[in-house]
Amino acid sequence: MLKYYLCLVWRDLLLVMRQPAAVFNPLVFFVLVVSLFPLGVTPQASQLSQLAAGVIWVAALLSTLLSLDLIFRSDYDDGSLEQLLLGSQPSWLLALAKVTAHWLVSGLPLVILAPIVSSMLFMPYHALPGMLLALLLGTPTLSLFGAVGAALMTGVKDGGILLSLLVLPWYIPVLIFGASAVQAASSGMPMNAQLALLGALLIFALMVTPAATVAALRVGQMQG
Amino acid sequence: MAHFKLPRWFHQLGSPKWFYQFAGLLQPWLALISLVLLFWGIMWGLLYAPADYQQGNSFRIIYVHVPTAILSQSIFMMLAVAGAIGLIWKIKMAFIVARACVPIGASMTVIALLTGAIWGKPTWGTFWQWDARLTSTLVLLFLYLGILALYQAISDRQIAARATAILSLVGLVNLPVIKYSVDWWHTIHQPATFTLTQKPNMPAEMYLPLIVMVSGIYALFVLLLLLRTRNEILAQEGRSGWLTKLLQEGHA
Repeated sequence: MLKYYLCLVWRDLLLVMRQPAAVFNPLVFFVLVVSLFPLGVTPQASQLSQLAAGVIWVAALLSTLLSLDLIFRSDYDDGSLEQLLLGSQPSWLLALAKVTAHWLVSGLPLVILAPIVSSMLFMPYHALPGMLLALLLGTPTLSLFGAVGAALMTGVKDGGILLSLLVLPWYIPVLIFGASAVQAASSGMPMNAQLALLGALLIFALMVTPAATVAALRVGQMQG
Repeated sequence: MAHFKLPRWFHQLGSPKWFYQFAGLLQPWLALISLVLLFWGIMWGLLYAPADYQQGNSFRIIYVHVPTAILSQSIFMMLAVAGAIGLIWKIKMAFIVARACVPIGASMTVIALLTGAIWGKPTWGTFWQWDARLTSTLVLLFLYLGILALYQAISDRQIAARATAILSLVGLVNLPVIKYSVDWWHTIHQPATFTLTQKPNMPAEMYLPLIVMVSGIYALFVLLLLLRTRNEILAQEGRSGWLTKLLQEGHA
C-alpha cells in the first residue's frame, strides 16, 4: 500500500516536472498579490508589518486555489483517473497521494517563499519560525479541502470561479488561526494555542476529506 | 434485537407519486396554520408586546430576525441530512427535498442578515460589525450560494443532486469549525466589542410572541418546501404514467 502511494506521488511529481510552468504560475501569483498591498495600501514599514500576517495568508489561500485544478484535471481528461479508481487499491489512498503531490508542488514552495515575502512586508524576523510552522501546518489543510472541491469540479466544464466559491468558505478557519498565529509571533506572544488548532484542523481534514474526495470523483465519473 | 417496524406510509413517502399526493393533502392545512401563526405573532409582537426599556421599539425587528436566523441554520442541517440519506440509501425523493431546501435557506439567511443590519443601525450605530455571529451567518450565506451555483453548473439533475449532497455534507461538518473559529478569532484578537444582547430574563410578553413567530415561520418553511418539492417532482417526473393520469383527471 505504501508502495502504491509513493508510486502515485512520484508519478504526479514527474508529470509536474515535465510541465513546470503550471507550478510556477501560482507562485508568481503569490508574490504578485503580496506586492500589490504596499502599492495599494501604503509602503510604510510600520503599517505593512501589521498587515503582513493577513496578507501572506490571504495570498497563500488564493494561490493554492489557482493550483487546485491541477490535482485531477489532466488525469480526468485522459482517462487515467477512471483506471485508478477502478483499480484494486483503496481509492482514499489515491486521494491522499494526489493531495500529497499537490502540496509538495504548491504548498511547500509557498513555505519556502514566505521568508522572502515577509521581509518585503517588514515582518519582524523573530516571527519567522512561527510563521513557517503555521504555514507548514496550515497549507496541507488547504490542499486537502481543496481536493474535495477539485474532485467535484472534474465533471464540470470551466469550473474555475465556481471552485473558488465552493472552497474559500472552508478555508476561513485556516486563515483565522494561521494569521492569528503569525500575529502572535510578531508581537512576541505565545502561539501554542493557534498552532495546536491548526494541527487539529489538519487532522480533522485528514479524517474527513479523503472519503469526500473519492465520493466526489465517482460522481464526476458519472458525467463522462 | 426487536424489529422496529416503520409504518407503511413512511416508506411510501420515498416514492415521488405518494409524496406528491400526500403533500397536496397537507398543503392547505399548512397554509392555514402558517398564516394564522404569522398573523398572530406579528400583531402580538408589533402592537401589543411592551417596548424594550433600552432599545425602545426598534427591538421589535427581533420577531422577524430571530426566526429567520434560526431557520437559516436548521435548513442547512436539513438539506445536508437529506443529501446524506439520498447518498446512502439512494432515495431519489431525499435529493429532491434537499434541492428544494437550498433557495429557501438562502433567502432566510439573506433576510436574517438584512434585518440584523437594520436592527444594528439604531442599537449599535452601524449596519455591519465584524461580530462573530454576523460573520458566521455571512459564511453560511456563502455556503448556500456555493451549493446553488453547483446546481446551476451541472445540467444532469441526478448528478447535480449527488455532487451537491457531497458539497453540503462537507459544508455541514465544516460549519461548527467555522463557527468556533470565528468565535475564537474574536476572543484571540480583542475583547468582544458587541454581542447580540441575549437577555435571559426577557419577560413573557416579549418572548411568547417570538415563540409564535418561530413556529409560524417553521410552518411557512414546510409549506414552501412542499410546494417546491412538488414543482421539482413535476419537472423530473413529467413523463411518468401516474402524473399524466393525475393531470388528465384534473387532480394535480
